[in-house]
Amino acid sequence: MKVLVPVKRVIDSNIKARVKSDQTGVDLANVKMSINPFCEIAVEEAVRMKEKGIADEVVAVSIGPVQAQETIRTALAMGADRGLLIQTDADPEPLAVAKLLKAVVEEEKPDLVLMGKQSIDGDNGAVGQMLAALLDWPQATFASKIEIAGAKATVTREVDGGLQVLELDLPAVITADLRLNEPRYASLPNIMKAKKKPIDVKELSAYSADVAPHLTVEKVAEPAKRQAGVKLETAAELVSKLKNEAGVL
Amino acid sequence: MAVLVIADHDNAHVRDTTHKTITAALQLSPDVDVLVAGKDAGPAAAQAAKIAGVRKVLLAESDSLGQGLAEAYEALVVPLMGSYDAVLTPATSQGKNIAPRIAAKLDVAQISDITQVVDGSTFVRPIYAGNALETEKSADAKKVITVRSSLFKAADEGGSASVETIPAPAAPTKVRFVSQQLVKLDRPELGAAKIIVSGGRAMGSAEEFQRVIDPLADKLGAAIGASRAAVDAGYAPNDYQVGQTGKVVAPDLYIAIGISGAIQHLAGMKDSKVIVAINKDADAPIFQVADYGLVADYKTAVPELMDALTAAGK
Repeated sequence: MKVLVPVKRVIDSNIKARVKSDQTGVDLANVKMSINPFCEIAVEEAVRMKEKGIADEVVAVSIGPVQAQETIRTALAMGADRGLLIQTDADPEPLAVAKLLKAVVEEEKPDLVLMGKQSIDGDNGAVGQMLAALLDWPQATFASKIEIAGAKATVTREVDGGLQVLELDLPAVITADLRLNEPRYASLPNIMKAKKKPIDVKELSAYSADVAPHLTVEKVAEPAKRQAGVKLETAAELVSKLKNEAGVL
Repeated sequence: MAVLVIADHDNAHVRDTTHKTITAALQLSPDVDVLVAGKDAGPAAAQAAKIAGVRKVLLAESDSLGQGLAEAYEALVVPLMGSYDAVLTPATSQGKNIAPRIAAKLDVAQISDITQVVDGSTFVRPIYAGNALETEKSADAKKVITVRSSLFKAADEGGSASVETIPAPAAPTKVRFVSQQLVKLDRPELGAAKIIVSGGRAMGSAEEFQRVIDPLADKLGAAIGASRAAVDAGYAPNDYQVGQTGKVVAPDLYIAIGISGAIQHLAGMKDSKVIVAINKDADAPIFQVADYGLVADYKTAVPELMDALTAAGK
């Protein structure tokens, strides 16, 4: 089985995003960038499938600037076999990303696309479902457990108020939630080995997919800051404030 | 232009998130129809018809709609969009599951998790876990929108719309429902609760979490939340998680106990009306957003709080 894992280069999840003073976006200059945490979980799951003999090839694909090669290298160091970068300095919208990935799926013919449920920059959480729709493939979003048997995947997914189990015919799109696994730290020998694994770099223009934007960002603003309140001495004082001042009890 | 709201419901009842999404929809158009898709969902449809501002309720029923399969929703909603200029759904797990699929089939962008309607094609939405607010204008003729319902007021009761049954699509063939396990809650749901009591990593164990948080939540009739650190440590189940990777909530009162206030947690609760923090570390970031802080060990502060609530007649 061949698994395709899309990965995205985003601001490191431990760093607080700061809005640019001209309100045109978030300042990413000189900010630490990393693999999107949910993408990392998807890579881990794909690599585990390979280690169990369920998958025989794991391909990591990224769409982004030249530095996104580092993101692909992270996936290769974790155990992916090879990489593909669709290089662009534009920031394609989720629908455009889904269309590009559809083109990649048509070339690579994977049995499974395993990807993060959302990226922590745009927070749209849309690409997996959009890709499934464009391919007319079944989908299982927010997966917390995946079992592959033959040409079927049994997926436990997190739904409102509990868990749901679906059985999907492969090929399918599955998106990873936080609980799916805990990604490994790549070992030094594996990081060295990853440097020799192939990454194919293609220009965005090599694809005929329609990547024209549908949305315009008019403004990116900082949210209203919450004022720190008062520190109280006793629980009794707290209850009295909540009752009489805030009126929430 | 008419707009369609996909209702969030459990077949018997329409959830509050639907009322709030209807408020957002009414800011786009006075002609708001509500789609109730499910199985034996007549009671939910009847409730939806009584929400003020609703023009018509569409009821579609089948097994795969009842199971919430995204493929079934896609097959149901995409053809309906000939009559609507926008479709809105609350940004619940189910809303997030189905909306992008519908958007891709319509070849339009999804406008995700909106917190404000600026005009018919311009919306405000949080990005970077709420550390920035983006104002986004859509050029699409048809819009697919998910709504962060906690930021909209619930539409009132008092409508008298008609309920029209529409045919359900054929069951999807490439995906099958196996089972579902819904946690039965004796408490209000996290997303809809007026009061939330949340515990953090300071609890130290699942037993301690329950011992401290449960009685206080019971006393206040509150829902229970947890920080990601507490969830990751196994002290609380994942569906308790409040934050960037969990639920985004905005109750009237949020009580954070033993929670330091990591960026990722603040992103999920900073829109609460009143925030209380109980933490023994006076420098914990949670105090920077708390209206009322108690710098104290929860082990002494929570029992004192319980006593004070009893004394206040709670």
